[in-house]
Amino acid sequence: MNPDSAQPSRIVSSPPVSVRSADADGRADAGQMPTDARQGIVTEAAGVALRSVTKKYGPVTAIENVTLDIPAGAYCCLLGPSGCGKTTALRMIAGHEAVTAGEVLIGDRVVTQLPPAKRNTAMMFQNYALFPHKTIWQNVDFGLKMQRVSKAERTQRVGEILELVGLSHTADRKPNMLSGGQQQRIALARALVTRPQVLMLDEPLSALDENLRVRMRGELRKIQQQFKLTFIQVTHHVEEAFSLSDQVVVMNHGRIDQVATPTELFNAPASQFVAKFIGDNNIFEGRVSRTCRINGIESVELTVEGIGTLYCQGSAALNATAACSVRPDLMQLDPVLEDLAAPSTETNQVPVRVVDVEMTGYVTRVSLIVEATGQTMLYKARTTDWMGAGISVGQPLRATWSAEDCVFLPS
Amino acid sequence: MYKSWKVLQPYLLATPQTLIFLMFLVFPILMIFVVSFWQFNGYAMTPAFTFENYVNIFSSQVSLATYLNTFKYVTLVWGLCVAIALPVSYYLAFCIKRESIRVLLFLLCTIPFWTSNIIRMISWIPLLGREGLVNQALLNLNLVQQPVEWLLYSDFAIVLGMVHLYNFFMIAPVFNSMMRIDRTLITAARDMGASGFEVLKEIILPLTAPGMAIGSIFVVTLTMGEYVTVRLMGGGQAASIGKLISTQIGSLQYPLAAANAVILLLFTLVMVTGILRVVDIQKEL
Repeated sequence: MNPDSAQPSRIVSSPPVSVRSADADGRADAGQMPTDARQGIVTEAAGVALRSVTKKYGPVTAIENVTLDIPAGAYCCLLGPSGCGKTTALRMIAGHEAVTAGEVLIGDRVVTQLPPAKRNTAMMFQNYALFPHKTIWQNVDFGLKMQRVSKAERTQRVGEILELVGLSHTADRKPNMLSGGQQQRIALARALVTRPQVLMLDEPLSALDENLRVRMRGELRKIQQQFKLTFIQVTHHVEEAFSLSDQVVVMNHGRIDQVATPTELFNAPASQFVAKFIGDNNIFEGRVSRTCRINGIESVELTVEGIGTLYCQGSAALNATAACSVRPDLMQLDPVLEDLAAPSTETNQVPVRVVDVEMTGYVTRVSLIVEATGQTMLYKARTTDWMGAGISVGQPLRATWSAEDCVFLPS
Repeated sequence: MYKSWKVLQPYLLATPQTLIFLMFLVFPILMIFVVSFWQFNGYAMTPAFTFENYVNIFSSQVSLATYLNTFKYVTLVWGLCVAIALPVSYYLAFCIKRESIRVLLFLLCTIPFWTSNIIRMISWIPLLGREGLVNQALLNLNLVQQPVEWLLYSDFAIVLGMVHLYNFFMIAPVFNSMMRIDRTLITAARDMGASGFEVLKEIILPLTAPGMAIGSIFVVTLTMGEYVTVRLMGGGQAASIGKLISTQIGSLQYPLAAANAVILLLFTLVMVTGILRVVDIQKEL
């Protein structure tokens, strides 16, 4: 429902200049073409695991008892607000941060005590961290040089990877002579040239402008598939995490709140925090007043002060405090009319009033207020639909949604 | 009217600085240059255009030795300043984690500047002299039987004095350069397998070079013309061009002093140009 996903044609129709050719043959036959220069670059991906990992800075706990499995070859995003511990987690996997307790595994090797260079990982930094005093060639060559790879092999491998990212012609330039997108590709090339099993990316797209970010997203995804590597990316950008990942790890206050695919996360956030963070979900807090079956599915009746009862799918102990959440695009807004048939008792309904309407393009965001409690709600409609509905600011409405669309959030 | 004022404005704003520059820098240097070609007969100087003064300098064993001696001081002082500034700045920039402590320690480096140069020079005497603290200590510990003579009024003392005076001019720009190094560059180098020494050699030193260049310009130019330290710490024995010029002025040999000043200026300019050729300091300014 957001502007970017609504126009996928643009992303596909302008593939990045560089990766296009590589993608055409590289993806299909990475293992079959011995003459293909790229074949040599492909490495075996490895999974990553954290086992009860804790990180403390003095009295402050940055990561608390985190256990996580990232399958080999997955694109995993660590998602969360700043200060949630996602970067710390990434740095611990890369070996730039010591682990206070617990174990880090890459493949089936325990790497907790190994230095970064011994972990077969590579890291791409937020501002790329290209060495400003070295040429592009020297930048990409650096890791190989440190690994004491022979001169001939270095020349070959650096040449190959620069070819792959389409920036061979910049080899003799300094990083500051390159555009943001080019610098990003060089950073990627520099990380890939050492043939890591896991590539770590720390907010790789945050330094780019919006258009370039969308394009680079596609490029990252392509490279990940082409190299069949495990990518672990830190981001605070929900859309970025959704569009890139196979696995999204939502973190909050040094803990993992939910690990899921983007679709699962979107449809069924597991906690209030996740529901709030991944979108503009409307959340209602209340108390479990009854458990029941709606259409044969286990459901919960939640009593919310000032609103009444809301129904959602799930199971919970009676009288437990809990919450439920509904996506802003799954609700329905109806004018309050005398002759409108009252909805079935097991449909959620809340009387609201329109406070503000924001047309953002494909989507129109409608701010609502629940008169009884003063709680604000958000409704999102396709702009076309909204214009046809003829609803104006200030108008009293009834928001309705079904129990199936209402996600139960235990506290 | 208003328009012409607008046009003149920048020139008017630049005028005071230009006048000061012309009067106190360009004009005196031109005068020195002109006077260096004048004649001198022991009593009076007469305007002329003669290379006699220059010929005298380059044919005199004494003045050539003095030039060599000056270069010796410059090289030693510069080398020692670099050798001290690099570890000190590295410690301040990379080993100290707390910003407040870093500022405090940096200010500590400036403490010697809170008193005048002369006082700082003189205060070496009770420390390094024949009856000084160092000799007393050495004698009492039975490490030496006779007081060590070379501690004061020697090349050692001169170089020590100058390093003490000018070291901070090297520390400050080197420290500044190091503070500007993006810390993720070091993490990135580490990530790619660089050892501590390789990080130093491949990342920190090259990125510190501009700061070292600026510091070198300060130290070299200051040391080249140095004469107070040479006089106080050298005890009349040692010679530098600065001191030679001062002596010549003292005996009213102005044209000769001027010729020496011109040569000194040229050497200094050559050195500064050389430094600027090797290192691009633009980023630091």
